[in-house]
Amino acid sequence: MGVVELRERAASKWQGMVSGGKPVVTVGTATCGQAAGAMAVLSAFERELKQQNVEASLVPVGCMGMCYAEPLVTISKPGGFRVCYHNVTEMEVARLVQGYLVNDDPCLDLALGAVEGGGGEPLRVPELSRFEREQRLILRNCGEINPEDIDHYIAVGGYRALEKALAMPPEHVLNEVILSHLRGRGGAGFPTGTKWWQARRVPVTPKYVIANGDEGDPGAFMDRVILESDPHQVIEGMIICGYAIGSNQGYIYVRAEYPLAVRRLEIALRQAEEAGFLGDRILGSRFGFRIRIAKGAGAFVSGESTALMRAIEGERSMPRARPPHSSESGLWGKPTVLNNVKTFACVPLIIEKGGPWFAGIGTEGSKGTAVFALAGKVANSGLAEVPMGTTIRTLINDIGGGVASGRNLKAVQIGGPSGGCLPESLFDTPVDFDTLTRAGAVMGSGGLIVMDDSNCMVDTARFFLDFCQKESCGKCTMCRLGTRQLLDILNDIVVGRGRMEDLDLLVELGEDVIAGSLCGLGQTAPNPLLTTIRYFRDEYEAHIREKRCPSLVCRDLIAYYIKRDKCDRACEHCVLTCPTKAIFSDEKGIKVIDQEKCTKCGNCLERCPPEFTAVVKISPVSTLPPSPPRPVEEGQKS
Amino acid sequence: MEELGGISRLGSANIGAVTQPSSADHKPPDLEKRLNAIFSRYYGEKGELLSLLQAVQDEFGFLPPEAMLAVARFIHVPEGKVYGVATFYNQFRFTPPGKHPIRVCMGTACHMAGGQLVLEAAERTLDIKVGGLTPDGEFSLERVACVGCCAIAPVMVVGETVQPKMTSFKVEEVFAARKAAAGQVPKQE
Repeated sequence: MGVVELRERAASKWQGMVSGGKPVVTVGTATCGQAAGAMAVLSAFERELKQQNVEASLVPVGCMGMCYAEPLVTISKPGGFRVCYHNVTEMEVARLVQGYLVNDDPCLDLALGAVEGGGGEPLRVPELSRFEREQRLILRNCGEINPEDIDHYIAVGGYRALEKALAMPPEHVLNEVILSHLRGRGGAGFPTGTKWWQARRVPVTPKYVIANGDEGDPGAFMDRVILESDPHQVIEGMIICGYAIGSNQGYIYVRAEYPLAVRRLEIALRQAEEAGFLGDRILGSRFGFRIRIAKGAGAFVSGESTALMRAIEGERSMPRARPPHSSESGLWGKPTVLNNVKTFACVPLIIEKGGPWFAGIGTEGSKGTAVFALAGKVANSGLAEVPMGTTIRTLINDIGGGVASGRNLKAVQIGGPSGGCLPESLFDTPVDFDTLTRAGAVMGSGGLIVMDDSNCMVDTARFFLDFCQKESCGKCTMCRLGTRQLLDILNDIVVGRGRMEDLDLLVELGEDVIAGSLCGLGQTAPNPLLTTIRYFRDEYEAHIREKRCPSLVCRDLIAYYIKRDKCDRACEHCVLTCPTKAIFSDEKGIKVIDQEKCTKCGNCLERCPPEFTAVVKISPVSTLPPSPPRPVEEGQKS
Repeated sequence: MEELGGISRLGSANIGAVTQPSSADHKPPDLEKRLNAIFSRYYGEKGELLSLLQAVQDEFGFLPPEAMLAVARFIHVPEGKVYGVATFYNQFRFTPPGKHPIRVCMGTACHMAGGQLVLEAAERTLDIKVGGLTPDGEFSLERVACVGCCAIAPVMVVGETVQPKMTSFKVEEVFAARKAAAGQVPKQE
């Protein structure tokens, strides 16, 4: 089948779906949706549509980025509204079918937002205010098309950029990418065009193209969402890259922890091959390209480019010193272009609309958009794609909906274990590669964890350092032993054994670890620590001088206490829930915690009925009011 | 092992099992036949090591020592090399998993929301440590870096089911319900 026929087939399928006089029901079925029960919702729709004899297109789609609202369903009726429903349960499906599809009641109590139907742009959801702040380029199809059907991708304009690129000389394709000023989306922000150009000019074959989908940062999930929701745009970007640099073989390296992403990629690759976008003589040209999937095996360091290539070669993934750069000597010692999946996802748009168009978005030094994964104490966690230069405050308040708990916003942690914690005073900084580096953080993975005043900064630094220390591959001494030493010092501080000199020592050693490590893991591992000391030094001092954790998190510095004037006496919730039987009643019936036995699991605090809220956390432990002694019960002599 | 600093990552979860390879009663039935079926899909090249180990673990749920030896012979590399690669990556385990593997997420969002308390509650309720297996072989307990469900943190994954917004109390409830369903009486002191 030629490409013209392919497009016709795709277009007629798409037209039949969206404007064939039938309503369209979409259900988000990425991992986040499935975890929330999307598959049950999908089959409930199938059942209900059949039972109530309603003709409608039921389309499983990817993730719209609103993970807090999963399972997410949208229903659009011809000539009616497209309505987006959140947290849909199986029980509600029958009502939605009966209510909106059979009758005309859009069940607004279940809806998140309504969208104008018909018209040229049925794919957007402008009524949801977050979308007004966003600019969706690489997420534009996520949640709109069926990721397991190539015709959907083709119908919304997919593989048109490939066609255009193949009609141009490779140098011109490369030139568009250089003109776009696209920088690598994996975090370091190396100019993509430069990297491609370096690989192209090396007179060695074969050359390789690798997409890095080894998203190891605990707290980032945009690569997963893109691969699960719109895998073809990554594939298309890779093929274009292969054409531009003269490579015929690509690899997509995906975490094995993302089974759905792997499965959808396999389907996408097969369909692309059947359609003639992959294989020999692509679209009748003399250019051939194939892509294989390499599954990662769970090592954070594999995300580093030279280490990732070792993993594909079947070795322990340990980074090596550069130069030579991978663009000269990479996979199997051959010239290799390795980019993040988001970088490749940008490429089709750049080719289609031109490099200068892309360069018109964003800031002086960082062009295009950035995808952030909002999580932590934010109300609307999920993905957001915004132009470079958007402020953190916009991200959190306008898109994320502010802090969920209603407590005070304290900090954000950007970029995962390589990133830094930024205080509220920096929230009006426009975010791009360079401003973040100046502030001590990095764009990194784009993970953005929101923290309120119940999160302890010392504990946060300890958490990330613990992660990097465990994930260090052990090659560089400073990374292997330096992070261990930093962790030991922090472990002392969080149990109240810190000394004031430790703070200078941490900074000094942290800088040494940065200087003495070969790869990005060691070079950025101290970032969370150094930024928290820089911006939240008072918290460290409280831990050291007063043995007090201001956020009531560090367990050795807090104690649970039952307020004597608040305790109901008759209620036994805390007593029953305590796993170590540390709670007893004194002679007045007031509940008392035996501090010797308490393991600080927090059950009593959680179970104490809201009308009493008698259980509190106290820090430092020395300020704990004296408790009456535990009465000696019968048969329980000490 | 712990004193070796960064090298201790090798032992973060499974070192006990690594140093004491699983005993003969862990040897899966039809090991050779099932291995040959896997090998028939490969060329026997060195570069296939990682992929082979993944296929072996998919088949058996863990890496039996006999299987690692067979892989080494198949691709003509020293046994130590196979072992070295297998212990480098977090994905591989060296003891059979429980019938219902329990994974507690220790990602950033889960940590902020009290993941450590959830893990401790699971250890307490199941009466095993991280990396362990209950005596009846029902549950194994592991910590994982991130399951990508940050919006519903903290989470615990029981088998394939993601349990959202856990607390230590809810952990006890989950296992009480499962034990009751299995006809067992929750442990009373």
